[in-house]
Amino acid sequence: MNDAEIKQAIIDIISDIAPDEDTSNLKPDVRLREQMDLDSMDFLDIVMELRKRYGVNVPDTDYMQLATLDSCVNYLRGKLVSKTAKV
Amino acid sequence: MEYDAVIIGAGMSGLAAGIRLAMFDKRVVILERHYVWGGLNSFYQFKGRQLDVGLHAMTNYVPRGAKGKPLTRLLKQLRLRHEQLDLHEQSFSLISFPSAKLRFDNDFENLRGEVRRAFPREIDGFDALTREIVAFNELDLDAPQISAREVVRRHIRESLLEDMLFCPLMFYGSAREHDMDWDQFVVMFKSIYIEGFARPQAGVRHVLSLLTNRYRELGGELRLRAGVKRILTRENEAVGVELESGEIIEADHVLSSAGLVETNKLVNGERGIGVPSMSGHRPEADATGKLSFTETISVLDAPPKTDATIIFFSNRDRFEYRCPDKLCDVDSGVICMPQNFKLPKPIDPLVRITNIANYAKWTALERGDGSSEVLIPSEWKVSGIRSQVSGNGKAIPETRYPIPDTSKTDTYTQAKQNFYERSVAAVTPAHLPDFRSNVQLVDMFTPRTITHFTGHEGGAVYGSPRKSRTGETGIKGLTIMGTDQGFLGIIGAALSGISMANRWVLKESTVSEPIA
Repeated sequence: MNDAEIKQAIIDIISDIAPDEDTSNLKPDVRLREQMDLDSMDFLDIVMELRKRYGVNVPDTDYMQLATLDSCVNYLRGKLVSKTAKV
Repeated sequence: MEYDAVIIGAGMSGLAAGIRLAMFDKRVVILERHYVWGGLNSFYQFKGRQLDVGLHAMTNYVPRGAKGKPLTRLLKQLRLRHEQLDLHEQSFSLISFPSAKLRFDNDFENLRGEVRRAFPREIDGFDALTREIVAFNELDLDAPQISAREVVRRHIRESLLEDMLFCPLMFYGSAREHDMDWDQFVVMFKSIYIEGFARPQAGVRHVLSLLTNRYRELGGELRLRAGVKRILTRENEAVGVELESGEIIEADHVLSSAGLVETNKLVNGERGIGVPSMSGHRPEADATGKLSFTETISVLDAPPKTDATIIFFSNRDRFEYRCPDKLCDVDSGVICMPQNFKLPKPIDPLVRITNIANYAKWTALERGDGSSEVLIPSEWKVSGIRSQVSGNGKAIPETRYPIPDTSKTDTYTQAKQNFYERSVAAVTPAHLPDFRSNVQLVDMFTPRTITHFTGHEGGAVYGSPRKSRTGETGIKGLTIMGTDQGFLGIIGAALSGISMANRWVLKESTVSEPIA
């Protein structure tokens, strides 16, 4: 997956987790928590969705890498393989 | 293992926990003893009417987008949109005591204004109490247990105001007589006074169908009439359950909403709580909750002339929240008029009255084999002025339902009839205009009904005063959730199921299970 696809994958997950949130104008360099009502339970969901959808395991100690969209992309670069690409 | 998790009970906490587990592809089954889901909050059809039981209102109402609130958190965790709940706010509610009345609604400033009006000398104390409540983190599961009365008395001097503030919070969630644990007082204060009441147009069945549909969409399995006889353990670790039918279901995790005492009995047999197996819970002779309730439902042909949605009342200025010496204490209670939520479509007007009741006395009554139906007293029909039938009030022809043979009536049925009439008489006209001549249909629940439908010992609607805040039981893989985990109300119960599923099943698996 390229950077744009990784970013979109994260946005898709957030849209599913928080259907009442507007995810169309998220700033890539601002903490997600500051732009939306996300708490630690929601970050656990992001981690679990990453695992469920892309088979990537994010250990507790790396949760802070998911603070912004940019940091998500940096952290997940090379780790995400889209399911279609796998086939 | 057959299942990753078995959930005991298809109430709010069980359904919410089930959704979370099914969402992350856990093999999960919810086992419900009864033939309908919902637990404490359920619904039924009675003589052609769709009636709710348990739920008066959804607490914790906040509008869409409110940040960091329990309702918002619940919606996200279950991946529901706010509008799917179809919530409509209350008009206002009333705390009605002989010497004072306080109105409140979903805007906390209005309650503050009422306190200032009725208790001008207490407003600074009320503000200080509010600040302490807002600052308290009720989600900290390791906070020490302290008496709410003690904390409140540091700020509020007049016992009347103290009792009035406690009254709705106790009626909507306290398992403890006379007092509450401070953390639970905070949960209830926020959910009722700071947030507020709302209701879906279709009542509790709407919420329950939303949850059961979501659960089934995700592939979750729900088994009705599947009572659990025993929780199976091996070397202090839960390994599954045995059903009443003798069927064995193996599972890595057992999440129980049956209650603390009840769950202990499922592990240890009838000797129950005295057996030193649930570590962290010192054996307590009497951990069964003492608070049970009766509820009467009067369906009317025209609504009483009040806009109040819910009235919390006491006919004594000293509010007594305790198990009464008699069958039922009709001199305090809750009156709910669901037609007074701001609903887009009118519903049949009705008055529901909840009173504290004595479980032991109700269960000691002799119950015959026949119907225990409560009748509308014939003198109500002739006395009083019949109000105009409103547009939505559908009168039921009296001849449609034959009067049961009263010669065979048992003492249980007589007591129901007696306390139905007394509970209505105790609220009119002090708290509500007399509606007796408008009654079309009556039903009544007693502590016996509650135990039958919920399995809670002692008919204890709010469970045991002893809570397992972290859900731990001392047995690995066995978790308590729901009422006895200590999050109260419908939203609280659902959040309890969610947080226990997250903490003990999902979080564990993200940490320990290697990716294949």
